[in-house]
Amino acid sequence: MADLSINFAGIRSPNPFWVASGPPSNTAYQAHRAFESGWGGVVWKTIGTPIVNVSSRYSALDIGRQRMVGFNNIELISDRSPEVNFQEIAEVKKRWPNHAVIASLMCESREQWHEFVRRSHDAGADGIELNYGCPHGMCERGMGSAVGQQPLVAERITGWVMEVAKIPVIVKLTPNITDITAAARAAKRAGANAISLINTINSITNVNLDTFASEPTVRGMSSHAGYCGPAVKPIALNMVQSCAADPEVRMPISGIGGISNWRDAAEFMAFGAGTVQACTAIMHHGFRIVDDMIEGLNAYLDEKKMRSVDDLCGRAVANVTTWEKLDLNYQRVARINHDTCIGCNLCYIACEDGAHQCIDLLHPDSLGLDLGPGRVPNKHVPKVREADCVGCNLCSLVCPVDKCITMVEIPSGKSPMSWNEYQAKVASAEMKPLPPHP
Amino acid sequence: MADIQLPMRPMEAHVEANRCLYCFDAPCIHACPTGIDVPAFIRKIADGNEIGAAKKILEANILGASCARICPTKVLCEGACVLHDRDEKPIEIGRLQRHATDFVNERGIHVLKPPQKKNGKRVAVVGSGPAGLGCAAELAQLGYEVTIFEKSKLPGGLNTYGIAYYKLKPQLSLEEAELVQDLGVEIRCGVEVGRDISGADLQRDFNAVFLGLGLGNGNQLGIPGEKLPEILDALEFIEQIHTNPLHQIPIGNQVVVIGGGNTAIDAAMQSVRLGAKRVTIVYRRSEAEMSAYEFEFEKAKNDSVHFLFNAVPIAFVDVEGHVAGIRLGRTHTAKSGKLEMIAGSELTEECDMILKAVGQEKQADILRTIFPSLQIGADGVAVRDSLTGATNIAHVFVGGDCANGGREVVNAVGEGKNAAHGIHTFLTGERASLPTQPSRLGVASGASGCGLHHPIRAHELEEQWKRARAAEDGGVTRG
Repeated sequence: MADLSINFAGIRSPNPFWVASGPPSNTAYQAHRAFESGWGGVVWKTIGTPIVNVSSRYSALDIGRQRMVGFNNIELISDRSPEVNFQEIAEVKKRWPNHAVIASLMCESREQWHEFVRRSHDAGADGIELNYGCPHGMCERGMGSAVGQQPLVAERITGWVMEVAKIPVIVKLTPNITDITAAARAAKRAGANAISLINTINSITNVNLDTFASEPTVRGMSSHAGYCGPAVKPIALNMVQSCAADPEVRMPISGIGGISNWRDAAEFMAFGAGTVQACTAIMHHGFRIVDDMIEGLNAYLDEKKMRSVDDLCGRAVANVTTWEKLDLNYQRVARINHDTCIGCNLCYIACEDGAHQCIDLLHPDSLGLDLGPGRVPNKHVPKVREADCVGCNLCSLVCPVDKCITMVEIPSGKSPMSWNEYQAKVASAEMKPLPPHP
Repeated sequence: MADIQLPMRPMEAHVEANRCLYCFDAPCIHACPTGIDVPAFIRKIADGNEIGAAKKILEANILGASCARICPTKVLCEGACVLHDRDEKPIEIGRLQRHATDFVNERGIHVLKPPQKKNGKRVAVVGSGPAGLGCAAELAQLGYEVTIFEKSKLPGGLNTYGIAYYKLKPQLSLEEAELVQDLGVEIRCGVEVGRDISGADLQRDFNAVFLGLGLGNGNQLGIPGEKLPEILDALEFIEQIHTNPLHQIPIGNQVVVIGGGNTAIDAAMQSVRLGAKRVTIVYRRSEAEMSAYEFEFEKAKNDSVHFLFNAVPIAFVDVEGHVAGIRLGRTHTAKSGKLEMIAGSELTEECDMILKAVGQEKQADILRTIFPSLQIGADGVAVRDSLTGATNIAHVFVGGDCANGGREVVNAVGEGKNAAHGIHTFLTGERASLPTQPSRLGVASGASGCGLHHPIRAHELEEQWKRARAAEDGGVTRG
């Protein structure tokens, strides 16, 4: 059994799975339930000067019958008093001394930041997360993403926090910014101990075509809402990798964004996340999802003979580079396994209309195929014209059968050559420019 | 009498429609004898566009609502669904089709509109059954003025008079005839061609004639006692159910149904539902040789219908002018393949009602009465070009049971539709556009067509597959 316990910038927890700051981490009651279910840490719902919420707060993107592929909200930070929140943090820490409780804070002035950081210490919190991310409600008051979007402002405020902080400080980054590493570097310069990302993305999920109002609707009106859930995972992975790869950042990362199961978590870890935080998946299915996250990650680490989360952390970071360093002489083509092909022809029509027109529908006799699964007499079967296949992957992505279409490397016999090398060779007349694609 | 197949609840339909992979050049289209673009209509249901779905269905098959209920989908579209090969349940295409067509029926929404321009040509259609309606609807949409001649009081043919009541209510069939009328087709009921109006009259008054007469009366067994009052033809029995209040239909306590086809199953299950205490299907050959679909056979067994195989009727037992039983002889199949009666094997099955489901007469005589020079094959059906329905007489086309000898309702609709295209090409030299999916390189590479021309059937596929496997295994077929 691998060791799932972690020491994240000085914060210890029995496993790397934390409940992200949000509706599931609003109360002591929920924190108790989370820890009973197996979560390693809870990032408390952001504490600040109490706000007032609107009624109707969440909306979702459904695809087909799949609910909540994406999710958004216009709920603000905690609407409970700081007294109640800090008192409950203290209660929770008393009952769960070995679990991580992180106080998420959002304040309006240097004095208030100092006060809330001290109150976090006093409550026994293991760390502090600075919420510079909320894209709605708070930013209009000069907080949340209004801070996160301006690295210099974020740096100054983080500096205020570091003046008094005695426990690790995590800066939570907003994705609503052109270059995420600028914000991460600012956190580093200010002396923060770690970063967490991503917060939610500015979004509107839908328009009601009868009322022309969007959800969440408040008396016929809506607002720009923070987007999260499985649909944002690719955006979050991109930003986590960017920060992990930046030599000027080099600090512990807590990964957030659409994490729903152990695979998602492991992918964030491979891109350098030392802990991961989940929220939407809990809002969808409850705290119980952590059971399989723990079991699955354990089994995976064992299978890969990794002894701890640290062994996994960052393993994939170096395998992402800039486009101009990719090998232009690498070639792969699609192969269709006619023994498992069910004859839906989705690969054909995708390639035909959406890509490069290199799948033919051919009579089964011409391919020497007998009748079989997916085979109908005289009904044409798809076959890739490998000479024309550019290896784009589209057919293998639309294929509804696992492992039916595989992408196979075709040895080109040429040594690797990146775009940069190609440009250099053309400039030095070592080679002629490649002919354009017909 | 409740429907045996229940309609889908809206969410059930949405869940099911979302399971569809939306195949390109889908096998279900190939398997549909009317060539319905199945993935397209299912996609519309998934998108919440039931009206568009119904339009897609009815454009291809005007009897889409009844076919949704009575098609043997397990051997047609659903039998060809690619999900079988992913070890999943096929899409419930029949029930989705019912969902879409019910949606517009229940709301009185007309999804098909008669064309704005008529081409001035007139076509006579003989018979308002599935073939006639299929032909008339297609012609009307192509701009023809169509008149249907129907000898019965009500239009619809088999769909109105001869489908098991627990599958299809006659009212729906009449509504489908109204759909055809809404396209501008005139239906003249109570007019028998060959008696009230001659074939020559039709040739004179119309640019073309389509014959969709169906089949005739039930076959006779020609054994003693056949005229007893409780001995009915199965189709006559089903017609009674369709035309009289259910509580007034006479039904025996012990019913014997003779025959091994789907009509025998229908008659047996109707008898159970009308209160018969014991229903027995008597078939002269073995279980394996029954022409009824396996799923129909299963349904009958679930209905507690008894089966007596390898038993051939010899005579009916007459007690004071009423049937009291049936004399049967046990049979076996000789090595020559001929069915033989086993000497001394006679037995009597007691019963007080007999339903005969031993096939229907071919229409050779009436076809000859209408068109004396029409070429009729040795099998008693009109000889025609299978793609266009063209006969040896120019201007005369044929389709449905009177040409194919008796197949499914959906085959009749498809043949009517093919004949409409044949007539259109014959009269105008133009090709009607067909509902095939477009492709880059036509036939050589791309969609290979739809079931309208060469419908595939799942059980035929299964047979071919087994044969191919048997050949691979050195000619030995595995159990």
